Amino acid sequence: MSAYKTYVTDVLIVGAGLAGERTAVEAAENGLDSIILSLVPPRRSHSTAAQGGMQASLGNCAMGEGDNPDIHFQDTVKGSDWGCEQDVARLFTETVPIAVRQMSHWGVPWNRVVAGKKTLPDGRELEEKKEKEGLITARDFGGTAFWRTCYTSDGTGHTLQYAMDSLVLKHGCTVHDRIEAISLIHDGEKCIGVVARSLRNGELIVYVAKSTVIATGGYGRLYGASTNAVINEGSGMFIAQDTGIVPLGNMEAVQFHPTGIVPVWILVTEGARGDGGYLLDKNHHRFMPDYEPKKKELASRDVVSRRMTQHIRAGYGVESEHGPHLWLDIRHLGKEHIYTNLREIANICKNFAGIDPANELIPVRPTQHYSMGGVRTNADGHAYGLKGLFAVGESACWDLHGFNRLGGNSLAETIVSGMVVGKKVSEYTLGASLEYSEQTIKDEVTKQENRIKDLISGKNGNENVYKIRGEMEQTLMNYVGIFRKGEDLQTAVDKLQELHQRAQKVGLQSSGEGANPELASALRIRGMVRLALCISYGALQRTESRGSHAREDYPKRDDENWLKRTLAYWPEGAELPQLDYEPVTITELPPGDRGYGEHAG
Amino acid sequence: MGNRTLTFKIFRYNPQKPEVKPYMQEYKLEEVSGMTIFVALNKIREELDPSLMFDFVCRAAICGSCAMVINGRPTLACKTLTKDLPAKISLLPLPVFKLVGDLAVDTGTWFRDMAIKTEAWVHTTKEFDPTALEERMDNKTAQEIYEPDRCVECGCCVAGCATANIRADFLGAAGINRVARFMLDPRDERSPEEYYEVVGAEEGAFGCMGLMACDDNCPMEIPLQTQLSFVRRKMLAQGLKLKTEKVAL
Ligand SMILES: Cc1cc2nc3c(=O)[nH]c(=O)nc-3n(C[C@H](O)[C@H](O)[C@H](O)COP(=O)(O)OP(=O)(O)OC[C@H]3O[C@@H](n4cnc5c(N)ncnc54)[C@H](O)[C@@H]3O)c2cc1C
Ligand code: FES
Repeated sequence: MSAYKTYVTDVLIVGAGLAGERTAVEAAENGLDSIILSLVPPRRSHSTAAQGGMQASLGNCAMGEGDNPDIHFQDTVKGSDWGCEQDVARLFTETVPIAVRQMSHWGVPWNRVVAGKKTLPDGRELEEKKEKEGLITARDFGGTAFWRTCYTSDGTGHTLQYAMDSLVLKHGCTVHDRIEAISLIHDGEKCIGVVARSLRNGELIVYVAKSTVIATGGYGRLYGASTNAVINEGSGMFIAQDTGIVPLGNMEAVQFHPTGIVPVWILVTEGARGDGGYLLDKNHHRFMPDYEPKKKELASRDVVSRRMTQHIRAGYGVESEHGPHLWLDIRHLGKEHIYTNLREIANICKNFAGIDPANELIPVRPTQHYSMGGVRTNADGHAYGLKGLFAVGESACWDLHGFNRLGGNSLAETIVSGMVVGKKVSEYTLGASLEYSEQTIKDEVTKQENRIKDLISGKNGNENVYKIRGEMEQTLMNYVGIFRKGEDLQTAVDKLQELHQRAQKVGLQSSGEGANPELASALRIRGMVRLALCISYGALQRTESRGSHAREDYPKRDDENWLKRTLAYWPEGAELPQLDYEPVTITELPPGDRGYGEHAG
Repeated sequence: MGNRTLTFKIFRYNPQKPEVKPYMQEYKLEEVSGMTIFVALNKIREELDPSLMFDFVCRAAICGSCAMVINGRPTLACKTLTKDLPAKISLLPLPVFKLVGDLAVDTGTWFRDMAIKTEAWVHTTKEFDPTALEERMDNKTAQEIYEPDRCVECGCCVAGCATANIRADFLGAAGINRVARFMLDPRDERSPEEYYEVVGAEEGAFGCMGLMACDDNCPMEIPLQTQLSFVRRKMLAQGLKLKTEKVAL
């Protein structure tokens, strides 16, 4: 083994998105030293791409009057189709108003209540109260009883991340960007840190810490059509699972967003429908009210995505060279509204589809969007299986979202989990000591060095990493989409098992020297295929429909047998994940009717 | 669309291997409909040359990762459609920033240094009170702050700036815009004197030669020159005040 650089710190945070940075700030405020690792400069993390907003039941705007954490709690639990942990949801909805106000204190320019009368696009009249003027306002998002989504025009994730990163700078937290964690170091009981590879020069670096926090975001890029940033490959999840003792929770729960632009799959935020946009079919008929008379375009995301797919299957899609799609219509919102409140959407339509949404229709189709599953942790964010390992944000499954996440609940989750788990991480770290054996570290580094050597020399074969990846993406797209059925899922599992074999025979075409990008992809591919297998195999086993998991052969929710969470382990040498199940924590709201979209099928 | 064959001339250099001098490498690709430089570069990497280095994250012109010089102009590669370019396309990394390799540059470190130098965070003596309502703000003020806050730190304005290309310490339009963002924010309690320390000198608001390249190059269409003159006016007023105070002493 060659010499390698080692950094030692109290708290190691893998991921500099909103969740990771909020955790770092909490650790700093508790007097702890931290290092944040990130594939990219923090401000380029995927969190900055969130446009729509963050849910908090402030109840300041007229359409939010009467809202409170109880109602937010109920919406979240119903939205999750009773798959979430209710103690987590309760803690979350109570904390999030504080989180929004604190972000305001730290500089987020939230849009504010403007007093006076207004007419909504659908003709409804309302009056914003004088006494609420200047407080943080909210917009409408799907699956919520009130207008609850706080926003800054359509750059909410951007302003949140910039404000959060400014705090990280102020506290002087150490950030190492262009560094990728490629494996966890642990002794079977305790996590000691990570082995990382520099994306600047390819060197391996060891990070040793009293506690390690995974904050690496989602895995959207396992799918060929995803709204996610290209760096969302789920690496934090598979390096945790790779330990053999840390499980991933509910990986089969994958969210599709109703409005990805065809064919670039860039997201049009739910804010577009929240602000009054319609979905139209090939006859320019507004079809959502036919299916969901009450919530229309603003039913839960899983419901809208299914209705759209159903409508396309019934022959009402617009044919195109990229397959059938539907239209999103925001023309009636008016130029002024579109060019100010929805400016980012106007820019995206112009730049990537050559469309002016003030005058033209936007071609859309449901697109992979969010990973409800992730590293399974308890309500403190402490991972199952390893002491000193925590997870936050989209990469974690402390399980706020169950089988369907509400729009606007994810940004909110990143900040709240950063606050709550950050505190628990700090408590743990203050009581922990840095004890480890040098040999454990050496063994892990050697293992990674050998993997790299083998990929470069082609010792195990010469499979092309990009080909395997393409086949994996297509398999998930074709067989593990919005509607699922047994035979398709079996096809996916079979194909992915073949890809899993091939992923272990990858050999590089290029030299692999330095920061070589092919090597980076090759190091990830096996883990990515494993995640794809966890999704497909978990979905195959779950013979019911719940939230985003819609089985055509099992269209009903089955609380008797399936009111439980899937835990997917990957024991060393296994060809399939080992599945286990645990009960869902129900503290307040017994399973019932979802209230809207309950006929979805 | 007529099926064009595109010829890409791409800058190649790996600072890890200084013995290989920088050179331009040529690749040919068939153009497809809706092709962006993002699509093209990935195709080149996956089918022709897996060693090629470049940066994309959001691929939606939101994150600022992918700025490069495309046929002479600094811009975001992900939102550049090949149909708007001639069949010969030259790609160079942004100048001013440290090269990571080929088309990838280290804008992250530059912007972090700038943010630390200008202390780009809200300076307040107030403690956050978790039990209190948020402080009120006029919606118009919030939107005014958001305008400069929209900067994605892509570096296009800096790369195209004559001053930044010769003065390493110049804050650039992005830096001055960032300062403007905090000046506009009533939550920030810094006094004009304190701001003067940050941007009153040659490397700040007065280094600009007024060539306006930043305005033209900003992919977010932020009116950078307007933000610059706002900061300058404030600093001039402060500069005069400082002078008069000195005289009075
Ligand atoms: C287009 C889009 C719009 C959205 N809009 C909304 C919205 O309006 N409201 C809402 O609530 N939610 C929205 N979401 C969801 C929300 O943005 C994300 O769930 C959330 O931002 C995730 O934050 P995070 O901190 O968990 O991860 P991210 O922001 O994805 O950050 C992950 C970090 O981990 C780093 N990283 C990853 N792997 C490694 C590794 N191996 N080593 C080192 N570092 C690593 C990355 O560099 C990055 O810094 C949207 C999502 C998308 C795709
Ligand atoms: S990749 Fe994000 S701006 Fe181009």
